[in-house]
Amino acid sequence: MSAEMPVTVIEPSKGWVAIRLGALWRFRELLYFLIWRDVKVRYKQTLLGAAWAILQPLLTMVVFSIFFGKLARMPSDGVPYPLFAYVALVPWTFFANGLTLASNSLVANQTLLRKVYFPRLVIPVSAVAAGLIDFGIAFVVLLGLAARYGVPLTVNMIWLPALVLLALVTALGVGLWFAALNVLYRDIQYVVPFLVQVWLYATPIVYPSSLVPERWRTLYAINPMVGVVEGFRWALLGTGTAPGPMILVSGIAAVVTLIGGMFFFRRMEKTFSDVV
Amino acid sequence: MTAPDSIAIRVQHVSKQFRLGARLNKYPTLREALTSGVARVARRLTSNDSSDERRILHALEDISFDVRTGETLGIIGANGAGKSTLLKVLAQVVEPTAGRVELRGRLGSLLEVGTGFHQELTGRENIFLNGAILGMRRNEILQKFDEIVAFSEVERFIDTPVKFYSSGMYLRLAFAVAAHLEPEILLVDEVLAVGDAAFQQKCMGKMSDVARHGRTILFVSHNMIAMEAMCDRVIWLREGRIVEDGPSRAVVAGYLRSVSTTQSAREWSDPATAPGNEHVRMHAVRVRPEAGKAGDAISVDTAFAIEFEYWRTDANARLVPSLHLFNQQGVTVFNVQPVELSPWRERPDGPTLIRDVCHVPANFLNDGLHRVAFALVEGHETVFWMEEAVAFEVHDNLEIRDSWYGKWEGAVRPHLDWHTETAADGGSWSAHR
Repeated sequence: MSAEMPVTVIEPSKGWVAIRLGALWRFRELLYFLIWRDVKVRYKQTLLGAAWAILQPLLTMVVFSIFFGKLARMPSDGVPYPLFAYVALVPWTFFANGLTLASNSLVANQTLLRKVYFPRLVIPVSAVAAGLIDFGIAFVVLLGLAARYGVPLTVNMIWLPALVLLALVTALGVGLWFAALNVLYRDIQYVVPFLVQVWLYATPIVYPSSLVPERWRTLYAINPMVGVVEGFRWALLGTGTAPGPMILVSGIAAVVTLIGGMFFFRRMEKTFSDVV
Repeated sequence: MTAPDSIAIRVQHVSKQFRLGARLNKYPTLREALTSGVARVARRLTSNDSSDERRILHALEDISFDVRTGETLGIIGANGAGKSTLLKVLAQVVEPTAGRVELRGRLGSLLEVGTGFHQELTGRENIFLNGAILGMRRNEILQKFDEIVAFSEVERFIDTPVKFYSSGMYLRLAFAVAAHLEPEILLVDEVLAVGDAAFQQKCMGKMSDVARHGRTILFVSHNMIAMEAMCDRVIWLREGRIVEDGPSRAVVAGYLRSVSTTQSAREWSDPATAPGNEHVRMHAVRVRPEAGKAGDAISVDTAFAIEFEYWRTDANARLVPSLHLFNQQGVTVFNVQPVELSPWRERPDGPTLIRDVCHVPANFLNDGLHRVAFALVEGHETVFWMEEAVAFEVHDNLEIRDSWYGKWEGAVRPHLDWHTETAADGGSWSAHR
């Protein structure tokens, strides 16, 4: 009866192992259910539910507008400062939450790791992807805000999905490193919030990237979030010229981080259930 | 030899080692990693022996076996023998250190029912989530949804978050999902340890069902009764190695013999050092099946004898044996003396090495550990008392179980006569309503 039955071979893996994207694809339904769970649980457990998706970037924008916009008179490329900050905060919040959740994802799902087999990559991927819903809600508010300030929408907006993907790849790429390390060293959970905080200032969110001297910009864009934020401002507000070169550098940096993260994650994967 | 295509699981020379340091000291910090890294380098520079060896736990060592398609294989062994590690290797949760495993067909595992259940989600939502985690397709879950809910008996609460469930409901729902997974190979670990009798019956029924449909089952349990009933074949593990692999009855019996810490036979050869006093010195105490020798297994349906041999040093003493039998709970099951005393006991010149034998019928004692205290009485005076004379295990058997494998209650388990008839003047039920 068994001619067509799949045969699974279990053997010890050695050293750096293949990423096995095929396995990830076979478990796409599980990925879907985990994303669905993360979204559902997040909105069930919190009092304000979906409102958090709006409040988090919105309140940050208000604070930034008061201190950086009004008091420090930060330049904002001729755009009203609240809009200038909010455009950056929407992808940033998606990135920061995704990175934080991905970093904690393996530890948070340790019972699963100890009991059931599936490609472990599914867990951090679902943690990051679940943030897309929040992003969508915050983005609608962004459109409303742009309309309120009378900023016309342009065809440049078609680049936004690519920019969101770039933010996702960055969050996942860095998140994979931290998620795997977090299993071994619980210090990581203290490192991540600190890193996110520093990263915020290394990204042109409260200030325009035009403050960075021209010759340093390429180096600056190695931080992939520079490309994401600059891209968002350009696509939605039409500030400056198309930040193509910056986005290219950011994109390369993000993809390198992701591939490295995936290999590192896969290498550590076999020790997860031994250690968690 | 069986044809190779009828093999569902092939395990070849599988070993698994855990590094103890990583497990005991669960969450190493970065600082420790850095300092121990430095220490390791320093050690490597100063000496060339690998002192890491003693910190390695060999959970499995060179395990090989095949399981035929449709076979139900049991795995037994003491705690820490490697049973769960073996299942985890097969479930791909833990990667083997060496060896190779081949699995033919989809594998499902009940390593812990309710894995991935989320407290905040409703029963309905958890069915989908848990199903996906266990490897079911969405369509498959949709198809079986009603069946799962019916099996779990929580219909009324299916849209309530499971955090409001009683532990029984939670468990029933979790098992219901797992039970409707239809893998070709099913791994089961100790699900029977939980739940009430009715639920256990249901679980066992489901498992037999799965087995009847030609699926392969690997079953880990401490419940030897369930083991014998469910499995054709049993593997006994000890310290990561296979001790015995064979028909379930034989392997289970061997295992039970090895774990019974009881001493069912004791002997003292030298009267000078044997327990006793100026009236009596013990020579031997034994418990043996009527048809066997001391040390043979005794089940609830085995008739057995308790023998006492002792030297009577005072030829004038009129000693009467007395026996107390205690069960595991410390309850005195009985205290007996011979009803008729052998006439030679009255004679002062009788034999000096005496053997008293007490015959215990089959189907009388319940299963469990039993202790015997022995006394010799003269008139109203106890001249000798031996508290821990001997101890023995009475094993359970499979009689009238009807798929309930829990502990049978009571100090005794007699076979009594039952009689059923229609009571003549009871009238009809409807007349009384």
